[in-house]
Amino acid sequence: MNEKLIRRIKEIVGSDCVLIEPEDLAAYSYDGTFEEHSPDLVVLPRTTQQVSRLITFASDENIPIVPRGMASGLAAASVPFSGGIALSMTRMNKILEIDKLNSVARVEAGIVTADLQSAVEKQGLFYPPDPSSIRHSTIGGNIACNAGGPRCLKYGVTGDYVLGLTIVLADGNILQTGGKSIKDVAGYDLNALFTGSEGTLGVITEAILRLISKPKFTQTALAEFKSLDDSANAVNAILSEGLLPATLELMDETAISCIEEAMHLGLPLDVEALLLMETDGADDLSVKREMTAITRICRDRGAREVKIAQTEGERAKLWKARRSVSPSLARKAPNKLGEDITVPRNAIPEAIRKLKEISARYQLPIVIFGHAGDGNLHPNILFDKRDPVQWEKVNQIVTEEFELALRLGGTLTGEHGIGTLKRPFLRGALGDVSIDVQSRIKSALDPKNILNPGKVLQE
Amino acid sequence: MKSSLSQPSQQQYLNCIRCGLCLSVCPTYREYLSETASPRGRVFLTRKGLEGEMELTPNLIEQMYGCFACLACNDACPVGIKPADLAMQMRWVDEQVHPTGWKRTLFGELIPNPERMEKATLAFRIYERSGVRKLVYALGLRRLIPSQLRDMEAMLPHLPRRPLRQSLPEITEANQNGKYRIGFFLGCAQNLLFAEESAATVRVLARNGCTVITPPQTVCCGMPAAGYGRQDLVLEQARKNISIFENINVDFIVTDCATCGSTLKEYGALLGEDQQWAVRAASFSNKVKDISEFLMSIPLQKPKGIINGRVTYHDPCHLRRGQGIWEQPRELMKLIDGIEFTELPEADWCCGSAGSQLITHYQTSLKVLSRKMDNLESTEADYIASGCPGCQMQLSVGVKKRKLKVQVVHPIQLLDKAYQNE
Repeated sequence: MNEKLIRRIKEIVGSDCVLIEPEDLAAYSYDGTFEEHSPDLVVLPRTTQQVSRLITFASDENIPIVPRGMASGLAAASVPFSGGIALSMTRMNKILEIDKLNSVARVEAGIVTADLQSAVEKQGLFYPPDPSSIRHSTIGGNIACNAGGPRCLKYGVTGDYVLGLTIVLADGNILQTGGKSIKDVAGYDLNALFTGSEGTLGVITEAILRLISKPKFTQTALAEFKSLDDSANAVNAILSEGLLPATLELMDETAISCIEEAMHLGLPLDVEALLLMETDGADDLSVKREMTAITRICRDRGAREVKIAQTEGERAKLWKARRSVSPSLARKAPNKLGEDITVPRNAIPEAIRKLKEISARYQLPIVIFGHAGDGNLHPNILFDKRDPVQWEKVNQIVTEEFELALRLGGTLTGEHGIGTLKRPFLRGALGDVSIDVQSRIKSALDPKNILNPGKVLQE
Repeated sequence: MKSSLSQPSQQQYLNCIRCGLCLSVCPTYREYLSETASPRGRVFLTRKGLEGEMELTPNLIEQMYGCFACLACNDACPVGIKPADLAMQMRWVDEQVHPTGWKRTLFGELIPNPERMEKATLAFRIYERSGVRKLVYALGLRRLIPSQLRDMEAMLPHLPRRPLRQSLPEITEANQNGKYRIGFFLGCAQNLLFAEESAATVRVLARNGCTVITPPQTVCCGMPAAGYGRQDLVLEQARKNISIFENINVDFIVTDCATCGSTLKEYGALLGEDQQWAVRAASFSNKVKDISEFLMSIPLQKPKGIINGRVTYHDPCHLRRGQGIWEQPRELMKLIDGIEFTELPEADWCCGSAGSQLITHYQTSLKVLSRKMDNLESTEADYIASGCPGCQMQLSVGVKKRKLKVQVVHPIQLLDKAYQNE
């Protein structure tokens, strides 16, 4: 990028908020995938006004803007393939207000999700969405990808908590959507439009989030299954009986052995699957009763053992295990590709069987874990990208995984988003009409295509 | 990159999946909120530098020096990557490619030579002992000093009249029947700056049935050299220290400096591939114990004396993560009647000392320190204990800057004082 442009940008945000060294550009070239491409410049703004002025300038100069939080994304949505400006929102990390009476928080986009959670929990409130990256992802990033997490089975996804947004549009205008009201049907639902838009329609700088009361009681248990099939059937049996646990997380045997190797938590290594289950609520007895019922169902469906965590320490250990599944897989191979296909609940057993078949056919390990309760699975292919044969197989496996999800009535992604990696499959999943509608929305809001160009939709 | 270099192996960085978990625990990331100042960024730059995709420019190496080596990322990484170790090794790679002359003089000739160090630091002792320091404080002259220099001045504790090495006998007999023969490793900072603490350590050991042998010939543990990329000098110093302790036949080698302890314990691994030294180094490292680790492993006499006050504790990185020791110093202080122990929030978060970061990375060091001081103030403690001279100096800077009434001490000083109060 030429000196003059850089000087102008420094005037807008201040020179301590602009990074230009080759080492900086390299550090902003990646996200949580194996993809890489350097931006021309990194900007770390501190206010919505700065973002607005920056985008106005970028629009005039036709400079691409690629927004990002902490870049933990798994679809290469924030990798700046287009060059231009990597717009890091991490320094806009203030909690502007916690409104106890209305159970609402107003925050800047760059706040780390776990920091927000602990702040509201100190006041007896609760922000439920809990992507595994809670400690290393931001609210803005969560909203831009409509992040999920284990608790979404009962509590819903990030988008269910977005009441209002402050968004800088592609022409630099600042759009306010929604507000503190719970019910709001005035006009189109723009919160929903920008939630999950992966930085392609606008840059989210602030959010108003709905909070709920913190559940006072929790029961956490781990069920051990000799058969992966049985565990999937148990999930359906639990939900069909009208029980709604906060969490029903599945881990298959490879996942278990990876966690054990990384964390030494004492998980059983002679089972095909574990279900991590949690019930919570305001009433101790009903939380316990619910867990008792779930435990019984698991046993009926072939669980060898169901252990209920007796202390907070035991509970923390189980969650630590679950949260470290994805990264701990890297102990087995230099690369992993984790998808997040989603199928209707009743199709989970079949989805798992078919994924295992695919893995056997291509002779590459596919580790399966995920949010079995809401049909959102994380098949992770383990491979070495330096081996062209393996890399070719990975591409074929991914295609088969997506075909499988669609055939079973599901979809490509439950929470990671489309980004770059799943883009080639979107038309097949949604059809021409839907893609046409979405392309028209994109060009209406970003006619110059400067906001995260090339992501989600093919150019 | 030339293959003749000593450099990190591919398996040390290849499997980084860039998940970003390390960002949440990194003190420099949390201050700058910039990926370049993060462990994930450093691992990425290491890979690019070693694989020849990027030059080892001064700025790339500066990112490696920007790491505070608090080891929190090493602990957090679910894959088993050790970003902090990589940053340290990259400094050594750079020294091999672009050698710096003065480092040989400083870390090879001055620091490991106790007599030269004692001469070199004479001016500090004169400053303290002549009363000039008192005068500077009394007349408010510190205000006139530029802020960084003022903070560096504040790092200096009450300096001893003489380095401890000159007054501590080589053999201190146990007070009663000698049950243990202990080799005491007197660290440089303890000798020159915190002589009272190590004198207390030796008294406490003697009282608990230890015959303490303090060989005066020991040299620097090697951590400063490692920090500045001279891994070769660390090995030289390791060999010297190993030989010295081989000659005196002791049950354990005890140190009261967290940094020395973590380095001495690493000698075995560092010399693991050196056929001549591997076994000797491993046997040396196996004997090394931090003072709190050692005391809590023997039947320690409970002091009858009382210390009244609220005490909190800051975990030195080199003790908590470097050696896996956090319970022992807390237990040790809880033995003392009268002490009300309060846990420090984020007790194991780096204080910003990291050896010499207050000198080399002043602004970052102060930001990290400020977080520590907020937490310290919330405890309303009378004492903050920490078994590391670097941390103590850094905490003293924070305490002076905020004009707090908190005393910065080594846990062993509290135990020693409780014995003396009997």
